[in-house]
Amino acid sequence: MKHDQKYTGQEFKVVGARVERPDGVDKVTGRARYGADANAPGQLVGLVLRSSHAHARIVKIDTSKAEKVAGVKAVLTSADLPDLTNGDAGNYATLVNCMARDRVLYDGHAVAAVAATDKSSAKKALKLIKVTYEKLPHVTDVDEALKKGAPLVQPTNKQDGKPSNKSGHFEFGHGDIEAGLLEADIVLERSYKTEQTHQGYIEPHACLATVGPDGSGELWVTTQGHFSFRIMCAALLGMDVAKLKVTSSEIGGGFGGKTHVWIEPVALALARKSNRPVKMVMSREEVFKASGPTCATSMDVKIGAKKDGTITAAFIECRYSDGPFPGIWGMLGGMTAWACYDLKNCKAVGVDVLVNRPKVAAYRAPSAPMMAFGVESTIDQLAKELDIDPVEFRLRNVAKEGTRSSYGPIYGPIGIEPTLEAVRDHPHMRAKLRKNQGRGMASGFWFNIGGQTCSDLNVGVDGTVNLTVGTVDVGGARASLSLIAAEELGISYDQVKTNIGDTSSLGHNDTTEGSRGTFSSGMATIFAAREAIEVMKSRAAQMWGIPEDAVEWKDGEARAVGAEHGNLPALSLKEIAAEAGATGGPIAGHHEVTADGSGVSFASHICDVEVDPETGKTTVLRYTVVQDAGKAIHPDYVEGQFQGAAAQGIGWALNEEYVYGEDGCLQNAGFLDYRVPVCSDLPFIDTKILEIPNPNHPYGIRGVGECSIVPPLAAIGNAVSNAVGVRLNHVPMSPPRILKALDDAGA
Amino acid sequence: MKIDLSGPLRNAAGGIESFEMEARTIRELLQRLVERYPAMQRHMDQGIAVAIDGTIYRDDHSVKIPAAAEVYLLPRIQGG
Repeated sequence: MKHDQKYTGQEFKVVGARVERPDGVDKVTGRARYGADANAPGQLVGLVLRSSHAHARIVKIDTSKAEKVAGVKAVLTSADLPDLTNGDAGNYATLVNCMARDRVLYDGHAVAAVAATDKSSAKKALKLIKVTYEKLPHVTDVDEALKKGAPLVQPTNKQDGKPSNKSGHFEFGHGDIEAGLLEADIVLERSYKTEQTHQGYIEPHACLATVGPDGSGELWVTTQGHFSFRIMCAALLGMDVAKLKVTSSEIGGGFGGKTHVWIEPVALALARKSNRPVKMVMSREEVFKASGPTCATSMDVKIGAKKDGTITAAFIECRYSDGPFPGIWGMLGGMTAWACYDLKNCKAVGVDVLVNRPKVAAYRAPSAPMMAFGVESTIDQLAKELDIDPVEFRLRNVAKEGTRSSYGPIYGPIGIEPTLEAVRDHPHMRAKLRKNQGRGMASGFWFNIGGQTCSDLNVGVDGTVNLTVGTVDVGGARASLSLIAAEELGISYDQVKTNIGDTSSLGHNDTTEGSRGTFSSGMATIFAAREAIEVMKSRAAQMWGIPEDAVEWKDGEARAVGAEHGNLPALSLKEIAAEAGATGGPIAGHHEVTADGSGVSFASHICDVEVDPETGKTTVLRYTVVQDAGKAIHPDYVEGQFQGAAAQGIGWALNEEYVYGEDGCLQNAGFLDYRVPVCSDLPFIDTKILEIPNPNHPYGIRGVGECSIVPPLAAIGNAVSNAVGVRLNHVPMSPPRILKALDDAGA
Repeated sequence: MKIDLSGPLRNAAGGIESFEMEARTIRELLQRLVERYPAMQRHMDQGIAVAIDGTIYRDDHSVKIPAAAEVYLLPRIQGG
């Protein structure tokens, strides 16, 4: 293994404490500054004109009347955004998504933008922009899009040499499915669907952009990755990366949706054209229609097993609706489908499909929850058919250290078996159920990632410490990273203040995605702190007038060691810091790393529901999350991630869905009609943290932010099906769908 | 050493599941991979991750590959 492992399994003094979060007071008092909270002198209001057609050719855009509106300083169309992407298909798709060129590809696609001195002038101007459309046939359903004769979303997209809406086909697995099915005593084949959902972050996309006459610019923005936003905006607008400074605001939720740019290049282009700061804030309707939800899917599953519960073959094909641009969602789903199990013969096929819906973005463990719904629902039915307890059935097939994973590599130490054992032994599993109530459980997997990371640690003159990191804090990472710095330095948590640096203050940091924030910035922080400790040992040696190798660092102080110097009184970090000017200048540690070796995550969930057979309404009575965290740096925030992911999964499973009309337009672009769960919909979500250390991280950390959104669809589906006695195979399991399933079954 | 390919990468190598190649680092491995299988360049552009003895290296091409390591190439992963 590449990374230092000597601290794995160590005794921690600070790490693991449930300390108060440093941003908590600001957030509850309203002092925290989010994306829409920045202002600049002379700023303009930027608004976007969006298509109300699902698919149409843009014949002409006439902006002449809008330009004459008092207060309007700039009007923008795709003509103001030349293609500078140099053949990069991904960047070109982003450019086209930010501002439509020859065609609008979905209801809500941007066609023009205005910057004006006030919102009413901007709105008035938008109304005066005349767009002449030629409507084109559209397709919004993933299965319809694959049918022969379906409208083509991107006529240049081809599969097997022919125009097609299929944009990707990815296969993973090993063994021989057909041979495995022949070995089986029982084979189950099932089909499922999941509808499109949005991450539902409360804070809409918002930014404040300025571009000076010299071409340098600044962007204040709510984002999960300000360095990546800088690269993308600079590429699309032909700016130098170093001349664009991007500062991340506090973030009111992202969950993958704020890893992509939407309005930000438009704001910068408007600022450049008007030579004025431009502020843009999406409405909730715009967030639903024109940012990036996750895919709708349809899938087919086939599993064969012996009477003793051994799975002999496992197959799934899942089709993902990508929106109008090719994505990698089928690939990600295919890699995760069978990852919980040790299978001799398995295959997962992920298919990407173009439809006239918004460009899909990542959503917490992207693509994995859908495949897990198909896999875990079918496994539950198979266990029932074989009269084997569903947890025991999974344990008989569970992946362990040394198992060849379904996506290829052999596993190192992993936590799926311990999560299943914890579920089996949990009191929740023995609680009694009443009429119309059901219990379900399911497991899930997510990779986690690392990536480029850079941290600075500066010791102040009074011995307090500033840690600057470049990974946006989306879930309490500042508290965790302060704990890590304090642990390494041997000082208290409240002596460390962690800040998120802007793009001009640190080297490149990858986006906070893939559950990487605490894993990767934690690694960089550890090594930055160790570098600072070496500096402080050297300064202490100077102060004492002894050799550096006669100094050790322990419990936040330098100690002279050896027979000759061991009687010297220790020097605290504070005492060394006070003398920094006289011993060589500021004391700092710095570290940059490509933090590979993130440990994979597994979770198993238990859910109890009650279904009202008259209304079809499902109430979640009790919910328990068990997940492997590697090492929980701040247990409160680890539990918060588990609970938040489960809550999102509950909404996805029971209520949330994009509803499209026959005109291809979104019918429910608002929180009144798109129902996310609120507090009163949820029970207290119980959690159990397991700690199977990741051997590649000095503290054993695994990412924790995503994995627990993978099991809920299936756990709830299994619970609802057990409650009503009819299998639910379509997410969300909303009241109308449950009533229909009951009617269809004659129940 | 034996290099295994995950499903989506196999077509670019003529449909094979694995091949023999010597390389001291991930950088060397990926360079030789494209030299031998030019169609792999498309996957390189999208990102290839290298699993060495079960640990996935997504970004760092300087990582050394031990002589008897299990090496598995797969698409580069993203997250949310």
